Amino acid sequence: MTLSVQDLRVYYRTLRGEVKALDGVSFELADGEILGLAGESGCGKTTLGKSLIRMDGRMKHVGGRVELDGEELPIGDTVKMNPFRFTEVSIIPQYSMSAMNPTRKIGRMVRELLDSRGVTVDTEELHRRLDLVELDRDVLKRYPMELSGGMKQRMVMVISTLLNPSLLIADEITSALDVSTQKAVVTTLKGFRDLGFVKSMIFITHDISLTNQLADTIMVMYAGKLAEKAPSDAVVNRPRHPYTQLLISSLPEVGVRYADKKLTGIPGNPPSLLDPPVGCRFQDRCPLAFDKCREEPPVVEVEKDHYVACWKA
Amino acid sequence: MLKLQGVSKVFKVGTFGGRTATAVDEVSFEIGRGEVVSLIGESGSGKSTIGKMVLRLIPATAGSITFDGADITKLNRREYYRKVQGVFQDPFSSYNPIFKADRIFSMIKEVYFPGESAQAWREKVAAALQDVRLDPAAVLNKFPHQLSGGQLQRLLIARALLLDIGFLVADEITSMLDASTRIDVLNLLADLKQRGLGVLFITHDLALGNYISERTVVLYQGRIVEYGPTEKVFEAPEHAYTRKLLASVPQLHRKWEGV
Ligand SMILES: Nc1ncnc2c1ncn2[C@@H]1O[C@H](COP(=O)(O)OP(=O)(O)OP(=O)(O)O)[C@@H](O)[C@H]1O
Ligand SMILES: Nc1ncnc2c1ncn2[C@@H]1O[C@H](COP(=O)(O)OP(=O)(O)O)[C@@H](O)[C@H]1O
Ligand code: SF4
Ligand SMILES: [Mg+2]
Ligand SMILES: [Mg+2]
Repeated sequence: MTLSVQDLRVYYRTLRGEVKALDGVSFELADGEILGLAGESGCGKTTLGKSLIRMDGRMKHVGGRVELDGEELPIGDTVKMNPFRFTEVSIIPQYSMSAMNPTRKIGRMVRELLDSRGVTVDTEELHRRLDLVELDRDVLKRYPMELSGGMKQRMVMVISTLLNPSLLIADEITSALDVSTQKAVVTTLKGFRDLGFVKSMIFITHDISLTNQLADTIMVMYAGKLAEKAPSDAVVNRPRHPYTQLLISSLPEVGVRYADKKLTGIPGNPPSLLDPPVGCRFQDRCPLAFDKCREEPPVVEVEKDHYVACWKA
Repeated sequence: MLKLQGVSKVFKVGTFGGRTATAVDEVSFEIGRGEVVSLIGESGSGKSTIGKMVLRLIPATAGSITFDGADITKLNRREYYRKVQGVFQDPFSSYNPIFKADRIFSMIKEVYFPGESAQAWREKVAAALQDVRLDPAAVLNKFPHQLSGGQLQRLLIARALLLDIGFLVADEITSMLDASTRIDVLNLLADLKQRGLGVLFITHDLALGNYISERTVVLYQGRIVEYGPTEKVFEAPEHAYTRKLLASVPQLHRKWEGV
């Protein structure tokens, strides 16, 4: 097994108190598995991704543990995490395309990055991978600004997987791209897994239709907790958590028209994570809520590999 | 209501503007009252450039754009913006982060309705917020970063509605939103259309265009490759490019081929 996350809790320190962005999440990821992480904005997807590789100064590891390839990851310790980054765990962060240093040519940027890890560039391998994602080798002599969004995204993918990490985390890397480019990016990611450049992957996006094109398993989060996790097919066709069900029924599919079938969103907003409600965090918006929901529903395996945290599931 | 005839936009590019690039190439289409037209194409196809010309943010190089029969470049700007407004992809960047929502509205009052009484204005704001189904208490007195993307996007539409607009340019307004919020914003546009608003709905996602629009314009490298009733474009796309775009839309119950 590549990754095992047990009861992970990561909070943000703020002036108004602690934001419980990740509040007791457990899951496992097998070798070769691609996990799609879905859920509304603010539910903790980025927080989970960052926790596995680099916490920022305001994040606090409050509890739980993470093992990668059988070894505990010192996620709370930025310095001790250094040897793992890039070689064992790699991330393509949200907005990474705009985060590329504009004053460096791309080739130099790659060299500096590898230098900082004490590795020299294997130019042949780099070229091979550029060919693979259909980027002209000349991109190395260009500045990030000169590349289109899709080209930049492919470049970032090549860089972050160059050292064949065990785990790759891709955070909303397709949201800013048009549909044809999204498809190309997803095809590339799948190729990277199939070629063994990465062992397993966490693909974060709020777009379930897109996740389903790539992921073996989908995990839906709600307000800092796991709501449902199952093989993609089960999440899409037989969701058991009311939140997942509503999320899926709000998707406009090709062919659905307002005039014929008006879709509806999920009324209300997620609770504040500064002071989340006791019990199920979805209770204020859930059409099925009943008394029991004031107690926290445990995560239960309702059928093989299908986990749900809901009293009614 | 809005009519584009042979509209082109040529940009000067290169260090000394020595070369030119044609972003929009002789585009013609029309949008009537109470009609939503989707403008669809991949990145760089010229969608936003058309939106910007309609909003008079940049001039057209050739062709004409008319609103209710009048050349838009000849209309008084303030009068034009009372009737035609735009909302864009990233609601956070459209907003000055240091202004609270109230300020956004009062700026509209200062520019367009200086004579209106405070009481009448408050009612108008309340009505506009009601139209976009926002609770005034939940949004007024808040900074943009304290609102969700969907709330902010609806607030921007409310701001446009304050001007009694007849026409809205909506450029990728849902691409930063969650599925559940996205559908609320689409439904809102559809409701407004039923009340007579004309909308140019710019998107790269055909499923969204299909959901709310009567007619669809497909743009490829600045040119129109397909134009017609939305059902027809979806059910029997004539152009290979449209078929490719259609095949690229990620669909929940259908897997992409070749991935
Ligand atoms: N100010 C400018 N100067 C030079 N070229 C420009 C300028 N604005 C746009 N372009 C070019 O015009 C073409 C069309 O751009 P436009 O922004 O209209 O595309 P779009 O269809 O809206 O794409 P996206 O889906 O990425 O928003 C592109 O090739 C772009 O690089
Ligand atoms: N730097 C930060 N300081 C305080 N709160 C934060 C910070 N970053 C994120 N949060 C909060 O943590 C929660 C989860 O955020 P995030 O992981 O970014 O969500 P997602 O990626 O699912 O949209 C949200 O309530 C968000 O407001
Ligand atoms: S536990 Fe209760 S409130 Fe929560 S999702 Fe299930 S039924 Fe709804
Ligand atoms: Mg995020
Ligand atoms: Mg655009």
